[in-house]
This record gives sequence, structure tokens and C-alpha cells, in this order.
Amino acid sequence: MSQNVMQLLLAAVVVLPLLGAVAALLPAPPGLRGRDPEQAVLRHGVTVTGLVLALSVALAIGFDYDRAEAIQATTDIRWIPALDIRVHLGIDGISLPLLVMTALLTFLCALYSYFRMPPGGSPATFVALLLVLEAGTLATFAVLDLMLFFLAFEMVLIPMYFLIARWGGQENTAGAAPADAVPPAGPDAPAGSDRERAAWRFILYTLLGSVVMLLGLLLIGLKGGTFDMVALASDNGAGLSHSTQVIAVLAIGVGLAVKAPMWPLHSWLPDAHTAAPTVGSVLLGGVLLKMGTYGLVRIALPMAPDGAHTLAPYLAAFAVVGILYGSLACLALALPTSDRSDRLGPTAALTPARPKADLKRLIAYSSVGHMGFVLLGIATLTPTGVNGALFANIAHGLITGLLFFLVGALKERFGSTDLDQLAGAARASGAALYGRAPRLGGLLAFGAVASLGLPGLAGFWGEMLAMFGAYEPADGLSRPAYLTFLALAGLGTLLTAAYLLIVVRRVCMGEGATGGALATAGAPAPDGTPATAVPAAVGAATASSATPTDQAPPGAPPSDTAAPDTGSPDLTPTATATVSTRRDDAIADVWGHELAAWTPLVVLTVLAGLWPAALLGLTDPAVQHLLGGGN
Amino acid sequence: MNTTAASAVQSIDWLAIAPPTLTAVVGLAVLVADLFLAERHKPLLGWVSMAGLAVAGLFLLPLRGADKATFCLVADGDVCSYVADDFTVAIQLLVLGGALLTALLSLHTVAEQKLPAGEYWFLLLSSAAGAALLPASRDLATLVIALEVASLPAFALVGLRRNDRRSSEAALKFFLSSVVATAVTLLGVSFVYATTGSMHVARVADGLTHVDPRLETLAQAGVALTLIGFAFKTAAVPFHFWVPDTYVGAPLPIAAYLSVIGKAVGFTGLIVVTVRAFASYADVWGPATAVLAALTMTVGNVAALRQRPEHARSAVHLLAWSSVGQAGYLLVPIAAAGYADSAADAEHAIGATVAYALMYAAVNLGAFAVVALVAHAAARPGASTGLRLTDHRALYATRPLAALALGFFLLCLAGLPPGVIGLFAKVAVFSTVVDAGLGWLAVVMAVNVVIALYYYLQWTAALFRAPTPAEAPATAPAGPVPGQPAASPSGAAADSGALPGLVPEAGALAVRTTAPAGERPRVADVTADGVRPRVPASLTATVALTTVIGVALSGAPQLVLHFASGTLF
Repeated sequence: MSQNVMQLLLAAVVVLPLLGAVAALLPAPPGLRGRDPEQAVLRHGVTVTGLVLALSVALAIGFDYDRAEAIQATTDIRWIPALDIRVHLGIDGISLPLLVMTALLTFLCALYSYFRMPPGGSPATFVALLLVLEAGTLATFAVLDLMLFFLAFEMVLIPMYFLIARWGGQENTAGAAPADAVPPAGPDAPAGSDRERAAWRFILYTLLGSVVMLLGLLLIGLKGGTFDMVALASDNGAGLSHSTQVIAVLAIGVGLAVKAPMWPLHSWLPDAHTAAPTVGSVLLGGVLLKMGTYGLVRIALPMAPDGAHTLAPYLAAFAVVGILYGSLACLALALPTSDRSDRLGPTAALTPARPKADLKRLIAYSSVGHMGFVLLGIATLTPTGVNGALFANIAHGLITGLLFFLVGALKERFGSTDLDQLAGAARASGAALYGRAPRLGGLLAFGAVASLGLPGLAGFWGEMLAMFGAYEPADGLSRPAYLTFLALAGLGTLLTAAYLLIVVRRVCMGEGATGGALATAGAPAPDGTPATAVPAAVGAATASSATPTDQAPPGAPPSDTAAPDTGSPDLTPTATATVSTRRDDAIADVWGHELAAWTPLVVLTVLAGLWPAALLGLTDPAVQHLLGGGN
Repeated sequence: MNTTAASAVQSIDWLAIAPPTLTAVVGLAVLVADLFLAERHKPLLGWVSMAGLAVAGLFLLPLRGADKATFCLVADGDVCSYVADDFTVAIQLLVLGGALLTALLSLHTVAEQKLPAGEYWFLLLSSAAGAALLPASRDLATLVIALEVASLPAFALVGLRRNDRRSSEAALKFFLSSVVATAVTLLGVSFVYATTGSMHVARVADGLTHVDPRLETLAQAGVALTLIGFAFKTAAVPFHFWVPDTYVGAPLPIAAYLSVIGKAVGFTGLIVVTVRAFASYADVWGPATAVLAALTMTVGNVAALRQRPEHARSAVHLLAWSSVGQAGYLLVPIAAAGYADSAADAEHAIGATVAYALMYAAVNLGAFAVVALVAHAAARPGASTGLRLTDHRALYATRPLAALALGFFLLCLAGLPPGVIGLFAKVAVFSTVVDAGLGWLAVVMAVNVVIALYYYLQWTAALFRAPTPAEAPATAPAGPVPGQPAASPSGAAADSGALPGLVPEAGALAVRTTAPAGERPRVADVTADGVRPRVPASLTATVALTTVIGVALSGAPQLVLHFASGTLF
């Protein structure tokens, strides 16, 4: 494809969501009104994100894979000559996968919201915020000017804040009807409810890091004489003294590490994830976290290599602590509440023993661990490690996106994401998801094993390469130290496997047949015997999922209401029809729209696992180029 | 023979001095016209004043890049008292534009609070004339006179609300502390005159490079004392004590005026004095200004942080303190100029101050305008003043556009997208400090930006908060209407005919808060019908105008940031 077309495509990818956001706030033009304004604007969101996805795929097709290290589809316009800030867009092998993944995840989120608009506010605002968020993330991956990068980096904050604060689920009101009571907020306290507090914390943490990062970026830009990321990367820190580089990397690193998040700076993440709506969690975990690690690879490594070299061991150490911390925290959450203290013993004191074992919180903590691998890969400063980090970035985006979608689905069906409750819910029928919603259970198990890094799935390669890089870190880095990190990270993978399998066992299989009432909202207490219940439920579930697409059309009954009655049994017409004679604790298996939103993620996870070369072949030349200083 | 004749008749470049002169003349004309106008025609005075300010602003167009000078010494044509260079034009644009917006903001205040129209407009215009004269003055006497012309009417404006104890107290406080500061400045000027033997800035700058060693201390004292008067005007800590009381006591437009033009007066004076006159004493005023800047922003922001939202007039209090904090950012580049290696670097730094000030002027006036709007809407007999931060809670539900505008202004002040211009103005300021190698000041400023983010965001978040159940009926005096069972809440809100995106979400939220569907309060109705008090068009216009300026600047930051790169003097 010609350069001009590529250039236009990339510019359109960045600008289109912004225009879409403005358009979402305007009344729909005649002919596009749809059934009602709400449906029209949600459809508008799907259209725009779909268009962006199509354009980014076209961009990927037109991309010259023989020159993956070169910046392609460049646009370079003067914007603010006073500060030497240019609108400089372009993609290479590092940013292209992230760009496509962002477009994909946002599209899936828009699609999901079309059928399941989270309650909280007007859909128009929701769609507009979603599109602004998309614009910000896409711009972050596409811009090649330090100041513009900062601008794009900050642009996502406000939309994400409102997504969490307005459309978030109630945090940890386990069992209570989810959306009934907005807690009376103090007059002007920064946070009224849990989600507002979480959103507030999210924005404050990130901003705190950002301001420090801005100083670092300015330091590099002013001492390096330009804000152009390509020029700075090919200078490879030539014009910067060692101390300048260390200070700059430290400052930039803090800002990016908050976003990534790196271990001691992660504490905003679990709350934000727990409070965010499903779509917000998917984008936060799948895309926003990647902005931090992408920034490290794109800015810190090539532009201030000396500084990165000095600070890399510390980054690696923090990363490994993050891996262990994340997995221990998850383990503590995953174990049944009653067993938690005695099984973990002394480690229980080390982990944040939350009273509520929220599944969303667990995945958030697991993100801390997974992003630890990414950071470890970056900290090796070797092409292997960095490639692994970039691969793990994509893999984590896909898998975490899937997991958050699945947890969202669980929440919708059970009204809670509390792990104890989900496991308890399982007791009713003896075998939870496997028995009652086999596809959902299967997908959850799939997501979990992909996340724990089963070879053959996406999660494996990135973490393997990151650890492989740590086996032989870049020249001048202490090998023994990195070997220790490697061993600890290896321990982390074991712990990860442990907690994910525990989760799968508890949620998908259930825990024995002792007592415990079912939490399916509004469902009567179980009365049938498990032996007869299971087949019936399975039958119902398969019957309902046998024709998934039939339920997918826009007219799917539940999608009309702004606030779907979460977990209500009559959301599954087929299931109730089949089993209505006896009991209705059967839950809906995967709906059509859910299948549509999740399939791409599953397929890509498998593809990336089976054919990692496709992605690595893309990133490797670019990484070599960046680390080698453009020589 | 020839020389004496020429010295007796100075040629005056009327075009160069048109902006301040015209402003002053219109001010006098308004004062005189007030005597002959019937009461019902008094509003005309406001419009005449605004027209005068607009025309004076138009006279800036031919001055762009013209570098005119007038009132020059006959013996030495390069030494002039009045110079209309790019710096002057930029500041005059700020002053006249700011005064114009203040005037627009004042139109309804003058009418409603029964302020004496003639005096009000006369004082406003004279103060603006002084402020416009200040950046052009290039001798110390003119500078002090301009400072006083800008300040004295401001005292009167603050105290203009008759029968208001707080107003008179504020005026007195402002007056006393200001006069002391001016006296100190005059003392400093006389010291400088004693050591250099000249009043002209160019000559002073020259004279200070070779001061008699015995007069060294006198010169240094003179430099330091001269700065105090201007630091006072900028409301730099520790000369800031007058700010909160004065802002709260003054009529709201005047508080806005002081926060923008009052500060402009201070820092332009500082720039002229430091960078132009005392350039060779940069090692004295450079560190002093840096410390002043650090103190100012820290004290201002911390005090703003400590404002309690439910206190009466807390919104004005917060804006007052935040303006102190912002003054700190304005001082930062001036301090950086003191550390600059070359004159060009110093000019770049000064340009950053000018750019920041222009951004700040538009955005802060906008914020004051929305506060005035909210206060106007909330002001009912027996109710509060409407100036509390709590009055802004859930503003989006009742006045979505005003909430969006205020949110935008606050984010500009905080320097966060979508307030792009605020961000880049801060970047420009930051870059001057980093360039000057003032690492500690950069860090202090970064900490302050974070503190400021906290309270600006808190306010912004409150705007978009969902109304609590207690407030929902209050905002919907029509009372609960039986909802249509079929329509979804958002659908009902959108039915009311307004733009779907801008329609309050209160309907949807109220449903979630007050459960039974039958008693769904349709808050949307309130926006559609005429229950709420009408907002004066002038207020709406001010908000709209400042929003347009802010958005335009965000799209094309180069408009103001080019000052940070070009040559100003």
C-alpha cells in the first residue's frame, strides 16, 4: 500500500474515535435513530470502534513486514513550534500489535456494551468516554513525540475516572442487591461510594506518577535538543550525561511504573479493577497497563540507555517482588476463607488478607504478577527479554481481557464476584460451572490455564522469553543477581499455577456437597437432588447455547433495559422452559453476544500460542533496532 | 538653537499610546455621562465601556511587531519612556481582554447589586488603563504611576458595595497593605536613582553595571525594595495576606478582575524591573524570585487544599488561594530568567510567563464566570449565597453545559487533558526551569502541580457527582411525577427534547437511588421547563466566550505559546 494511504489510515485510526466521541454527544441524524436514542448511540459506538478496528487491520495488512524496524505510515506536522512539539505519528513492529489489540479490545467492549449496557448513566456519555479512552490509548501507541506521548498518556485518565466512578459496580457488597443503594456521600468528600474512592485513587496515583514523568521527559527533550522520539532513539542517549540519564529514567520510570503497575506502586489497581464495570476492567487491564511497559521500551531503553542500564537491576528486583507478591496475594484470595489462615501459615501475614475474596480483585493482583514478568523482561535489556516482554504484553492483554469478561458474566449471573460465594453457589448442584454452564466453565478454565502459561497458549511464550532473557542479561548486569531473579520468577509461575487451578476448581467444579445456599439472585432454595439436577441443567444449558446466534440479534430481550436485572433466572428463556417443571437454579450458559465478544480473544490466544513467530518476527527487528540505537 | 526647540516640542506617537489612552478617555467620558443620564439609561454606560475596551483592543492590531516607542529623550533617541514592543502588546491584550470579560461579567452585577454605575465603570476603566500603561513604561517614575493608577481604583472597586461591612473591611485591608508596599517600592526606586542617576530603565540597566563600590549596598537594597511592591501586587507569599479577604469581600467580577489583571500588573512590573532594569543584579533577584515562587505556590496550594467545601463562599476562597498558587507558577520563569545564560534565554523564559498568564487569564475568568452563574442561580431569599463548593455538587445534573465549562476550566488550571492549553503552558514553564538548571524549583513545582490537581479534580468530580436522594427532590421542585412504566429512565430523559448527550443523567440515577419505579422523579423536566431562575445573558456570554477561547487555545496552543519562543522586547 502506498505511503500516503498508510499515513491516512494511521491518522484516521487516531482521530476517528475523537470525532466519534463528539458525534456520540450529538443527536443522531435521521435514518440512524434506531429503536430509541439509547440503542442508536450504543450502535454508534460499535460502528465507530468497528471502523477503527477495520482501519487498524488494514494498517496491519499494509505494513511492510520486511522493514518491521522502520517507522511506517508517518505523519509529521508542526503543531507548536514554540515548544518544538510536532504531531508525529508512525508505527513500527513494536506499536503495531498493541495498536491492533487496543482497537480489537475496544471494539469488543463496545459490542459487549451494546447488549449489556452497565447501569449508571446515559449511554451517550458512556460511548463518548469509551471513544475518548480509545483515542487516548491508540494515540499513546502511535505518537512519536515525547510531549504528545504525555498528552495521550494523560488523555485516558478522565474517561477512565468516570467509567469507574459512574458505571462501576458496587464493590464488595457481596450478596446485597448490587445497584440498589448508592451510599449517601459526604457533602464533597472526594469519594462517596467505594467505586468513587477507587476511581479517585486511580486518577490520583497515576497523576502523581505522570507529573514526575513529565519532568523526566522534559529533561530528556531539553537536554537532547528535541522531543522527537525517533531522533532521540537513534541518538541513543549520546547527548545526555550519565547523571541526566539516570535522573530522567528514574523520573520517567516512576511515572510508567505506576501505570504498569510495578510492585510498590500498584495499590490503586485492585480497587480500580474491583470497582470498574466489566468493560472498564477489560480496557484497564488489557490496554491501559500496557501503556506503562510500552513507554519503558519506547522511551527509557533507547533514549537513555546508560540510565536504564544503571537502574535495570532495581527494576528487575521490583518486578520479581511484584511477581511473588501478586501470586501470593492471589493465593491468599483464592483459598477458602476458613482455610486461608491455617493453610498459608506465616505467608498469610505477608499477603493482604482481604476479608472478601473477590474474583475481580484476584485477577487484578494476578495482573501485578504478570506485568512483573513484562518488567523483568524489559529489565534484562536484552532483545530476548524485551521481545518476551512485548509478547507477554499482548498475551496478557488478550487473556486478562477474556478473564475480566468472564468474571463480568459470572457477576451478571450470580450478582456477585465473591469467590467464596461462587464456590458456595457451586455446592447446590455439586458441580458448578462445568455442570451448570459448561461452556462458561470451559472458557474460564481456558482463560485460567492460558494465564498460568500453559505451553501452546499465548501466556507461555512471553514469560518464558522474559525468564530466558534473565538467564543471560545484557553485558554489565550482574548475572548472579539475575539468576536469583529468574529462580524467584520461576517460583512465581508455580504459585500462579497453584492459585489459578484453585480458582478453577472452586468455581468450575464446586466444593463437595456440604450445605450452602445458592446465590443465583431470586432463585428458590434448591430442592432437587444433585444427581438428577446436573443432567437437566446441562441439557438446558446446551440447549440454550446450541443456538447462540439466535439470541444475539439487537432485539435480545435483556438488552433493552438500562439496568438489567442481574442474575435473574428468566434471562435464559430456553433453560427455564426446559427445566421449569422442576427447578430453576440452572444458569445461563454463554449468550450469543458474549460468544461474539470472547471468540476473537480465545482464537488469538491460541494462535499466538501456536504461532508465536508471527508476533516475534514483528517485534524482534524493531527491538534490535531500538536497543542498537538505530545502527 | 535647534535642539532647544526640539526638546520643547516632543513628537508623540499617538498610535503607540492609543490603547491605554483610549481606555482612560472612555472612562472619563463614562463618568461625565453618568451625571446626565437618567436612571433607566444607566445600563448604557456598561455597553459604552465595553465598546471602549474593545476599540482600545483593536488598536493593538497595528502595533503588532511594530516596535514603536515614544516619549524618548531628545539627547538619546534610544532611551524612551513608552515602548510598544511585542511584550507590551501581549500584556495589553491580556489586560484589555481581561477587562472586557470582567465588564461583561459585571453587567448584571452592577444592575442587581445596585452598584453606582458611573463610578463602577469609570474605576474599572481607569484601573485597566493603568494596567495597560504598565508594560509599556520604561522609566521607573512612569512605572510607579502606572502601578498606582491600576491599584487605586481597585481599592475603591473592592469597597464599592455600600452597607456591606465585609466589603469595606476588605477594601481597607487591601488599601493599607498596598500603600505600604508602594511606599517601600518608592523607597527602592529612590535608592536606585541615587546610585545610577537616572529613572529610565535602559540607563538604570547601564548604570548598575558600574556602580560606585561604596554605593553597592545601596544599589542592592534599592533592587530588593523595588521588587516588593510588585511582589505584593502579584500576591506573592509573604505579601499575600490581603488576597482571600479581599476576594471574598469584593463583588465577584472584581475578584475575578483582581485575580487576573491585578496579577498581570504585578508580574509585568516585576519583569520590566528585573529583566530590563536590574539585569546585572540577576544574582540578587534571581534566587529571591525563585524562593518567592516556591513559597507562593506552596502556600497558595496548601491553603486551597484546606478549604472546607461547606463553608460559606468556599468556592471564592478556593479560587483566591488557587490564584495565589498560580501566581507562583507565573513567577517561576522570571526566576529562571535570573539564571539564564543569555538575554535570549531570559526572553524565552519571560515568554513562558506571558503565555501562561494569557492562558490563566482566559481560564480563570471563565471559572469565576461559572461560579457567578451558579451563585446567581442559587441565590434565593433565605438561601445561601450559592458561593459554596457544595453548591456545585451535581451541577451536571441541573446545568450540564455550565458544568462542562467549569470542568474544562478547572482541568486547564490543573493542566490535564482535555485542558491541553493548561498542560502545555505548564510544560513551557517547566522547560524554562529545567533549562535554567533549577532542579529543586522544578521538583517543588511538580509537587505543587500534584497538590493543585487534587483540589481541582475534587471540584471537577463534585460537578459530575450523581445527585443524592436528598438533593434530587430539591432540584426537582415539580415533585415526583408518576413515571411512565414503559419508558426507560434514559429514554424519558431524552424524550424531553434536549441533546441526548447533554441531558442530565439524574433521571437514570434517581431511579437507582429511590427505588420504586412509580415515584420516579423526572429531574429532566426541570431543565426543560422554566422552574429554575433565568441566567442573565451576559453571564452566559462570558462563560461561552471564555470557553471558546480556552478550546481554541487548546486546539492551537501555538497562539499563546509563540511568546515563549519569540523575541518579546
